[in-house]
Amino acid sequence: MFRDFLGMRVQAIAIALVIAGGVSMQLLSSGLVTSLEETRRAYYERNLMADIWAPVVRAPRGEIDSLRTITGIEAIEGRLRFGIRIDMSASQAPVLGEVISIPESHEPSVNRLHVSQGRLPASGRRDEAVVLKRFAEAHRIVPGDHISFIIRGRQVQVLVTGLVMSPEHVYAIAPGELVPDEKRFGVLWMGDRTLAELAGWEGAFNEAVLRLSREASVPDILGRLDRELAAYGAVGAYHRSDQVSDAFVSSEVDQLRTLGRVVPPVFLGVGAVLVYVVISRLVLVQRPAIGLLKAYGYANGQVMLHFLKLVGLIGSLGLLIGVLLGIWFGREMAQLYIRYYDFPFLLFRAAASDYVLVCAVSALSVVGAGLLAVRASVALNPADAMTPPPPPDYSKAAGIAITRARWIDQQTRMILRQIIRWPGRALVTASGIAASLALLLSVLVMMDGMERMISSYFSDANRYDALVTFTEPRGPTALHDLRRVPGVLAAEPFRVATATLRSGTASERVALMGAAPGSERSRLIDAAGYDVPPPLAGLVLSEDLARKLKSGPGEWLELEVTEGRRPTGRVQVTALARTYLGSAALMDITQMNRILGEGAVISGAYLQVDPAAEAGLHELLVQAPGIATVSFLGLSQDRLTALMDENIGVSLTVFALFAAMIALGVVYNSVRISFTERQRELASLRVLGFSKAAVSYILLGEVALLTLVGVPAGLAAGCLLSIYFAEAMGSDLFRLPVAFEPATMATASLIVVGTVVLSGLIVRQRIDTINMVEALKSA
Amino acid sequence: MLRTISEDPDTACFDVRGLRRIYGTGPAAVEALRGVDLQIPERELVVILGASGSGKSTFLNIIGGLDQATAGEVLFRGSDLSGASSAELTEYRRRHVGFVFQFYNLMPSLTAWENVALITEIAEAPLAPADALALVGLGDRMDHFPAQLSGGEQQRVAIARAVAKQPTVMLCDEPTGALDSATGVKVLEALVDVNHSIGATTLIITHNASVAEIADRVVVFADGKVRETRVNPAPISPRNITW
Repeated sequence: MFRDFLGMRVQAIAIALVIAGGVSMQLLSSGLVTSLEETRRAYYERNLMADIWAPVVRAPRGEIDSLRTITGIEAIEGRLRFGIRIDMSASQAPVLGEVISIPESHEPSVNRLHVSQGRLPASGRRDEAVVLKRFAEAHRIVPGDHISFIIRGRQVQVLVTGLVMSPEHVYAIAPGELVPDEKRFGVLWMGDRTLAELAGWEGAFNEAVLRLSREASVPDILGRLDRELAAYGAVGAYHRSDQVSDAFVSSEVDQLRTLGRVVPPVFLGVGAVLVYVVISRLVLVQRPAIGLLKAYGYANGQVMLHFLKLVGLIGSLGLLIGVLLGIWFGREMAQLYIRYYDFPFLLFRAAASDYVLVCAVSALSVVGAGLLAVRASVALNPADAMTPPPPPDYSKAAGIAITRARWIDQQTRMILRQIIRWPGRALVTASGIAASLALLLSVLVMMDGMERMISSYFSDANRYDALVTFTEPRGPTALHDLRRVPGVLAAEPFRVATATLRSGTASERVALMGAAPGSERSRLIDAAGYDVPPPLAGLVLSEDLARKLKSGPGEWLELEVTEGRRPTGRVQVTALARTYLGSAALMDITQMNRILGEGAVISGAYLQVDPAAEAGLHELLVQAPGIATVSFLGLSQDRLTALMDENIGVSLTVFALFAAMIALGVVYNSVRISFTERQRELASLRVLGFSKAAVSYILLGEVALLTLVGVPAGLAAGCLLSIYFAEAMGSDLFRLPVAFEPATMATASLIVVGTVVLSGLIVRQRIDTINMVEALKSA
Repeated sequence: MLRTISEDPDTACFDVRGLRRIYGTGPAAVEALRGVDLQIPERELVVILGASGSGKSTFLNIIGGLDQATAGEVLFRGSDLSGASSAELTEYRRRHVGFVFQFYNLMPSLTAWENVALITEIAEAPLAPADALALVGLGDRMDHFPAQLSGGEQQRVAIARAVAKQPTVMLCDEPTGALDSATGVKVLEALVDVNHSIGATTLIITHNASVAEIADRVVVFADGKVRETRVNPAPISPRNITW
């Protein structure tokens, strides 16, 4: 058996690598899903992560006690949460962030902090705070340092007593941003009494966080909370699945699951087919030996066992390489994740069940294919087996058209007849090429999709340089004030309010946007690429929202604003827009202000700024009173692009490598088998005066022809797979556009064709060193 | 280089001097040819006899450009084959040599006609494939695949394939080795006819001594050397030999 293995070592290794590809991808995706979910579960559980957040404008603390009596609520805390401006050292610009209260009188029963360095603020100490570790590290803040910040117009200085991590800040993202930026968004925690005193909010809270018992009904409790807290300006309670940090982690887990569903089966399928083809061939080559063994009295079972051991060896090798690769990739990916997802720990640890599943699935496919292949050895009658097989009869596979077309040269005719004679083998080769191309293309298309998503968001839809939001809605003079800030060239107002849209039984929480007519800095674009301006009456919805609300243009929706005066009413959908990042519900600002009934106010503005003044402008804006957030579009774009490049760069390399592995495994094996079978023919041709190139043409021309078939099939399959990936990986946070760029198709095809050429060249070496004399000796 | 190749009645088709061929090195080395000197005139039909291991096949492989000598010279029409490159030997086989093998070595995926056309497509002044097949009596089996032909028919297709390029030499390694005597006779007849009709110098390797009677010249190999060369003054027709 080991001799057989050594004799076909390159083929065996090529198959093992394909199997390894499937095993490692399976282990990687399932292991990462397990690791992320387990880590998240353990972290949330240990730190009592909230199930529900219920922000209000201002509510008396006493209200918490009455909410506590609602059935299904296991724990509840009322807390203060304010936007702040953190003043960094003299050399750095100030940074916006938030400060959150933690109970001083007791251990928090919801959202406990994980102290990674130092200690929590001591009860009763007015000048102590802890800082989000990521932010502290980005600014080299250590326990013992002092930080000053401005809260509700008041300058405060605190001593940093510790660095913490927070389960609700795993993906710590500033409001309105797309990617965490630990340098530009800081979070502080202080004792509740201290913070209330600083802010002048004694006896009140502005956010309730709560944990539910297992049997609680989320929609019931959300509804109940909204009703109970309506009087205090509740903007709408939301569940963990709508919490930004958690939604990002869930989206990642979903993507990994999709990957694990599609990719490993392709690899294992191809691996199984290769095992079948190669072992069948081996049984054929060893016919005489099998006959001899049987003649000496070996049982069928023993003969089969011999081949199955070989299959087992190939499978085990693939499994071993795959498991090792999977663990290695998994650790690399976990390292990458921990840079974006702020868990106290994230170890790549696949569950025992993941390993068992991977082993079972690969063993089943490989041994199954092996059994099918060695069946033929059982059927062999010893006497027949010891006589050489008759020459292959091509008369049935002549192909009348091929015979009649006298203009076809004989070498090409040999290629065509070979394909017609063994269509199954041709199919395996062509589909292997197609499968590898499809996988590769789908990844490249995803990359293009991400690029298009980014360019659609940053270049087409949003053309402002900076976005400013106010701490509370302000009158039209605020816009004039902004326009007067040096460096600001233009400012366009917007209004935003949280609201719930309902259609029948479907309902969605949205950020209702109001924009001025003719607004240019931020706009919506429809599927055809045209601008969708805010309608004078009615509402523009993004397609994803329309789908979830099962609504479309012309239909009416119930609108329930969940802040301010909480007006309700009906609004007609006038048009749909396509957004790739986030959702949109847009109306005319005047109409929106009329509905909200708070006068002609704005929530913030899109600014166009003088690039030369950009650096200083951030500081100016942050220091201006009443400003809650300032974000520069260019910075967000850079940050997002960097994240994608890093993340995608790794995956792409891994994917391209694996896809090439399939192509290499399939093509090398099929050319190699073809070479072994036709060695005598090829040697005869060399003897008859055919050059090495002419002989190579017969062997490699077949692969070239099958590649010509496989490439379009692979492109088509890749397009379908891309559409599936885009559908499956899209989430509330983003949707991947599917864009088929000719250049991408060409790149993917070239990589696969290059791999085919490489396998061809490996076998071509054998043609060059073919032993002419030896091949003529045997029948 | 083989540029000087030309048919000159004064020079032999093959002039072999001190030909040695050693396989392997050290104690495992096997000396297959131990200094062969031989001249083969143009247009003759030569039968080479010898037991297994006598070196006759090695000799044929070297003069056919399939193998390289360890020492000595092989002059083909005055041009030395022993120093030729792999590409030059390919060119030599293509232009000058027609091979006939014991196991026919036809392409199973091509019909009789196509097997011959395979060679005529790369030859300089070939016969039409149909004519070549007619020459060996297979004009009516042109569209049959090797698997549909008997052993004798397959060998005659192989001869037609060798003849079709109008070669300078025909090298036949045990052409009747896999055939019964009646079929073998037909194959030999075809070879003799071809030798007469196109005038190709024909070498037939066999260990069947009866075949020697059809030859113009008989060369006997033993232990890697030429043990005997004799000229046959009156070759007989293959039809009249038996084995």
